[in-house]
Amino acid sequence: MARKKRKSEELSPSGNNFVTIYVMGEAYRVPKDLTIMKAMEYAGYRFIRGCGCRGGFCGACGTVYRTRDSYKLKVGLACQTVVEDGMYLTQIPFYPANKKDYDIKELQADTQVLVKLYPELMRCIACNSCTKICPQDIDVMGYIQAAIRGDIAKVADMSFDCIMCGLCASRCPAEIVHYNVGLLARRLYGAKIAPRAQHLAQRLEEIKAGRFEPGLDRLTKMSEAELSRLYYEERDIEPE
Amino acid sequence: MYPESMQESIRRLEATREERIKQGKIPLLDAEAKKALLKSFHPDYIETSMRALAVGPNKGERTPHEIADCLEAWPIVDPKRFDPDNPKFTVDVLVIGGGGAGVAAALMAQEHGASVILTTKLRLGDANTMMAQGGIQAADKENDSPERHYLDVLGGGHFKNIPELARALVTDAPGVIAWLEELGVMFDKTQDGTMITIHGGGTSRKRMHACRDYTGAEIMRTLRDEFKSRGIPALEFCAAVELLTDDEGACAGAAFVNLDTNELFTIRAKTTILATGGCGRLHIQGFPCTNHYGATADGLVLAYRAGAKLIFMDTIQYHPTGVAYPEQIVGQLITEKVRGLGAHLVNAFGNRFIYELESRDITASAIIRECTERKNGVVTPTGRVGVWLDTPLIELLKGEGAVKKNLPAMYHQFARFGIYMDKEPILTYPTQHYQNGGILINEVGETGVKNLYAAGEVAGGIHGRNRLMGNSLLDILVFGRRAGRSAAEKAQMLSVDKGAGFKHLIKFQAELRAAKVPKERRSPILLPEYRRPELQTPFAFVNR
Repeated sequence: MARKKRKSEELSPSGNNFVTIYVMGEAYRVPKDLTIMKAMEYAGYRFIRGCGCRGGFCGACGTVYRTRDSYKLKVGLACQTVVEDGMYLTQIPFYPANKKDYDIKELQADTQVLVKLYPELMRCIACNSCTKICPQDIDVMGYIQAAIRGDIAKVADMSFDCIMCGLCASRCPAEIVHYNVGLLARRLYGAKIAPRAQHLAQRLEEIKAGRFEPGLDRLTKMSEAELSRLYYEERDIEPE
Repeated sequence: MYPESMQESIRRLEATREERIKQGKIPLLDAEAKKALLKSFHPDYIETSMRALAVGPNKGERTPHEIADCLEAWPIVDPKRFDPDNPKFTVDVLVIGGGGAGVAAALMAQEHGASVILTTKLRLGDANTMMAQGGIQAADKENDSPERHYLDVLGGGHFKNIPELARALVTDAPGVIAWLEELGVMFDKTQDGTMITIHGGGTSRKRMHACRDYTGAEIMRTLRDEFKSRGIPALEFCAAVELLTDDEGACAGAAFVNLDTNELFTIRAKTTILATGGCGRLHIQGFPCTNHYGATADGLVLAYRAGAKLIFMDTIQYHPTGVAYPEQIVGQLITEKVRGLGAHLVNAFGNRFIYELESRDITASAIIRECTERKNGVVTPTGRVGVWLDTPLIELLKGEGAVKKNLPAMYHQFARFGIYMDKEPILTYPTQHYQNGGILINEVGETGVKNLYAAGEVAGGIHGRNRLMGNSLLDILVFGRRAGRSAAEKAQMLSVDKGAGFKHLIKFQAELRAAKVPKERRSPILLPEYRRPELQTPFAFVNR
């Protein structure tokens, strides 16, 4: 019984299950539980830009919006944010951003490197706009302050969840491109500060010396029956 | 917040938790039991879901209808509208695809002295690589070896893998990890630099390396940064719509359309690398998918028309754990790492029904059986069914805060909808995840078409009939690097001649005509269609 009712509501965009959103100024009635991305597709938009993984990882669909009667500028990823009634939407998939070219092998992971490559860091006025806009809830201003202090490890750790959507850079009065600073710090940390895996270096030596070649020669020539026996009967499994 | 209808089942799950912890590991299924389970419940075994191809190098072989519809289809753009003698760019190596495989290939090709251009349909780096959460396998610990890794890969692939490809995969693996380490990828490590590794489904050793649960994103953003720093040219929002071939049938570049401007153009290249990814967005058998927006099997189509043979196109991987609730993110990935960390798979009555780290096809089949034949699934308000992943258990096993620390991306994704996975379980059902097969390659990435290479998900043979977790991030880098190096070396021996065009299409179109393929059926798809039917219009550049 409820089903029939729902159906008629769905057919009529004036029903309770619909909300009104505004895309580039144009009003559309869309089902209320959709994400912004799905709602825009429902409205007839085919994404070429501003759409990527659809799973909250790639940062292609950063969206800025306002709702009726509110002065607040809100943000979200279009693929993860559910539509609200009276939402005025603007997608900002691309924002001009400054990225330095470097050879990570040549860079020194010293306390000056971030500020040297991105001197605009020093212009941070600690307004916290970047943190407030981050859809990943990262303390962006916090890691920018760490970058000014030259604490690469801290920047790397704090910025780790960054999906590089660019919303922070869009709001920064000091014109910092936070996400590129974070990326540089993470690469420096990964390449220069974190200790190298000794077991990995050892394995590379063994591979170079051809230690596994005879075993692999044998395995690659094995019949399916032989492999199956090895796999099901002899293969031991490391305990959890 | 879960609706009341689902909370009753959560209480049952909580009531059995203590007992389940004591229960320990459920034994692995033997070969016979696995076969029987797959045959009855895996989607690949539904006879009516596939058909034999009527045209092309794999004529007579079966593949899902959705893939067949792409392979048995007419070009979207009339080749006569391109001027192949007046290319927009001429390079040594053309890389098509901007995910992990494409970028790795471009980096290698450039290092080996080639002029390179990379093209991608969306943005550089917007690809499935970015979404890979769980990890990357490599046998680099003392109790492990490439031989063990090899046996696991073969067992997972039902022993159908091409041995040389699996061998290349496991042998290059430690080198790939070292390369990433040098480029600055932040792997999870202990204080002394030892890699923190865990099990994945089907692994006999803990060899899954991770970067929290942003492994693919961390690798991709690092590779992309390196790519940009080196100044390699890239064309974004340019989709390849056809390959170019010369008089001998060898690949000589590709034809493109700029999706923003509708401009049609060609790029001439001595060697071409296809790294276009898989077919998730074709939604095989109507499954939701974990894949990126651009995963529409374009590379398969292009290569097939040029005469490349495909392999294992009758097997698709369904990831056992896709999101089944909330509705807004249905089909998205719940990484296998969640089970690697100890979360149980639990039915509506609070009981486990399969060892959580069986290989993916087995686990997926067991979940489908639990929800269909056994009717032990949890029903959501929209009528979907699923089983629980007992994520709060991770907190009990690994300590408070373990969920947020190890699975920050996953935590975020659910928290956005008011579900806190360190306190409540999450609901899951299999989702289309990966194209097990693809263009047949050899160990340096060469396809059956001269001067055409393939790497990444578009390539096939490495994983046999089923891929293990963590071998895809590995495969894109192993074969991306191999293809890049090999294509650059080969290019040095070739020259760019005139006379390349679309001759291969004339032959292919004759086959289509003979098979009476309807003219309306076009490919490549380029982007999936999610608009309402009445609002759907073709791309402006498509011939009607």
